[in-house]
Amino acid sequence: MTASAIRLAGVTRRFGRTTALDDVSAEVPAGIVCGLLGRNGAGKTTLMSILAGHDRPSEGTVEILGRDPFEQRAVMSSISFIRDNQRYPEDFKLRHVLRVAPRFHEGWDPALAAELVDAFRLPSRTTVKKMSRGQQSGLGIVIGLASRAPLTVFDEPYLGLDATARRIFADRLLATRMDESDRRTIVLSTHLIDEMEQLLDHVVILDGGRLVRSGATEEVTAGAWSLSGPAEAVLRLAAGRTPLSTHRVGGLLSLVFDGETPEGLAAEARTTGAQLSPVGLQDLVAAFGDRTSAPSREEAAA
Amino acid sequence: MLTDDRPIFQQIADQLADGILAGTYPPGAPVPSTNELAAFHRINPATVGKGVNVLVDAGVLEKRRGLGMYVTEGARERLLADRRAAFARDYVAPLLTEARSLGLAPAEVHRLIDQEVEP
Repeated sequence: MTASAIRLAGVTRRFGRTTALDDVSAEVPAGIVCGLLGRNGAGKTTLMSILAGHDRPSEGTVEILGRDPFEQRAVMSSISFIRDNQRYPEDFKLRHVLRVAPRFHEGWDPALAAELVDAFRLPSRTTVKKMSRGQQSGLGIVIGLASRAPLTVFDEPYLGLDATARRIFADRLLATRMDESDRRTIVLSTHLIDEMEQLLDHVVILDGGRLVRSGATEEVTAGAWSLSGPAEAVLRLAAGRTPLSTHRVGGLLSLVFDGETPEGLAAEARTTGAQLSPVGLQDLVAAFGDRTSAPSREEAAA
Repeated sequence: MLTDDRPIFQQIADQLADGILAGTYPPGAPVPSTNELAAFHRINPATVGKGVNVLVDAGVLEKRRGLGMYVTEGARERLLADRRAAFARDYVAPLLTEARSLGLAPAEVHRLIDQEVEP
């Protein structure tokens, strides 16, 4: 059995009257890439701050590599948290950041940092503040990957990155994942789900501060299915099941359902011109995010 | 290239099987490693591993400890037998389903096949 890198039990975080995280319990195995998914405001950044020990839960417990990240300095130095809006002093340039970063990470890899700076074409004369969004994201990725921290957390590492830079990140992320020597755990939040799905071993999906799914990526997507086609046929086949989300345009209807695909329904659907199909991760995350706003759930269930 | 319509691990297994059937990977030869396939397709190594295991379970690939994955003796014959066994299900049945929905009688389908074979 693989050890857990992250263990959350009943984690709740309140800010005044707002509950940003509500009773979240999940485990993430060590040595893998985990996607933290959900809509804006779902609680992803709050959860990442807690994982990194920058914040602590109002209730519940957090264990990172077997310890409380907020209590233990030792754990803090083994975590690298790359925020999407990392602030540096006014006059900081690339070289200043590269000089400071090793102090926070014992495992700092200068050769990897240099290689990545080159790959992302980061400018040396511009202050970090004046770098483009994509360059700042690139710098964050350099720090996160070169830290060689046992737990590395990226908040939206893709912001502003061009297609080439995104591929470089994907390639380096996979190289890190396949490096047997240090078994790092990487957690990243992203909205580019289609692009990332094949890189993620594990996903944690949040909606409105609550955990909706946590597990191996393929198990999570296997637990959902969709019906689409002529509305009348789709509604007949759906027969009283409550969908997660509803998409209707004129006489066409598409519904996403939670759970195992019902036996025999695919063949039945084909005879009526409707289709039963698997749901991709992006569609599933979108469906969970759509639940509260779905206007026609009753109609669909009727 | 990989597509969206089938599970990725299945596509990895099929592509390796295609290579074995075509003779690109003869018996006793190594196939690309899990890490190479993962890096090449930019997909998770766990997914590649699942695809490779499909072929190990089918007796087409064997693991040599510390060396990698190798094509077994008789791999090609096994794949051919499997694909022939699945031919009716994978190709003939969908063909007849489509023919039925177009109102083409089986005799007409026969005629069209003969015509394709010898125009």
